[in-house]
Amino acid sequence: MATKKFMYVNRKAPYGTVYALEALEVVLIAAAFEQDISLAFIDDGVYQITKEQSTDGIGMKNFSATYKALGDYDINKIYVEKESLDDRGLTADDLMPLVWEDEDDDWAEKPSIKIVSREEMAAVLAAQDVHYSF
Amino acid sequence: MAMLHIVNKSPFERVAFKSCLDHALAGDSILMIEDAAVGATDGTIFSEELKAAMADKSVYVLGGDLAARGVSEDRMIDGIKVVDYAGFVNLTVENDTTQSWV
Amino acid sequence: MGMLDVNGTSVEVDEEGYLEDLSEWTEEIATAMAAAEDVDLSEEHWDIINFLREYYEEYQIAPAVRVLTKAVGKRLGKAKGNSKYLYSLFPYGPGKQACKYAGLPKPTGCV
Repeated sequence: MATKKFMYVNRKAPYGTVYALEALEVVLIAAAFEQDISLAFIDDGVYQITKEQSTDGIGMKNFSATYKALGDYDINKIYVEKESLDDRGLTADDLMPLVWEDEDDDWAEKPSIKIVSREEMAAVLAAQDVHYSF
Repeated sequence: MAMLHIVNKSPFERVAFKSCLDHALAGDSILMIEDAAVGATDGTIFSEELKAAMADKSVYVLGGDLAARGVSEDRMIDGIKVVDYAGFVNLTVENDTTQSWV
Repeated sequence: MGMLDVNGTSVEVDEEGYLEDLSEWTEEIATAMAAAEDVDLSEEHWDIINFLREYYEEYQIAPAVRVLTKAVGKRLGKAKGNSKYLYSLFPYGPGKQACKYAGLPKPTGCV
């Protein structure tokens, strides 16, 4: 089976709707098929990977920790749009440090997140074979 | 007749929050819940609009929804009050009517 | 929905035998689940079970078999980081069977 470039586009804040959690589950399942997977966080999607989420007050499962497992699933192309952060008063420092371990480099931890401009994001999206929108 | 306006949509995603601000009257209260909670953050493309509304309206946010989205209270616009579920209930009791901008 | 008897007290399990409430998990429950499938838990079994519980605690998911294999290889040595070794311990599938004993839900991505 030829490898295709799959892009999962995340544009919704977590918890208010089920999109974020559904996307995460689909991504983890897709990882089993060893395709070339990328994730994009655009618009309110950037809230999915903010640091220090606490769901104690809303009685829902805090699934933010699961994004940190993506590196284990060889998902290490995570694009975050800078304009989306700027519009929301956020910076890269407000995001969880998502990393992956490079087995060929003595398990060195490398960052998975790339902050890109809107223009670069458009190019990244255009370079994919399949898009899934959440 | 004071009214409580409840907003649950992100101001960055839908026009519901803006529409709420355009329709709320002086003396009314606005409560941000669910995805609308992110609107409480200062330094955003929406914060000046909300600050302008706060000149004559009270603005509240449900603390649990804010924390769930990783926004700490020290990032909020000054003057927004954080409430819990009991505070939510009090707001509905204190106001004559409630409208949800779903 | 079913009940599993553990030393006189019963715990709720789903139709496939997975624990309904993972906070109820004890080592006795794991032992009882294994005994019901004629498995006597060895230290090697416990290494995997404990690893799975730690992984779930940290990431809130049960890892896929591929992820488990890689992680076991890293932590317990290359000789154990392969599916042959894991299947020798958990013949019904390391993901499904070990996760069950560990009190976790079925692994996400278990297809």
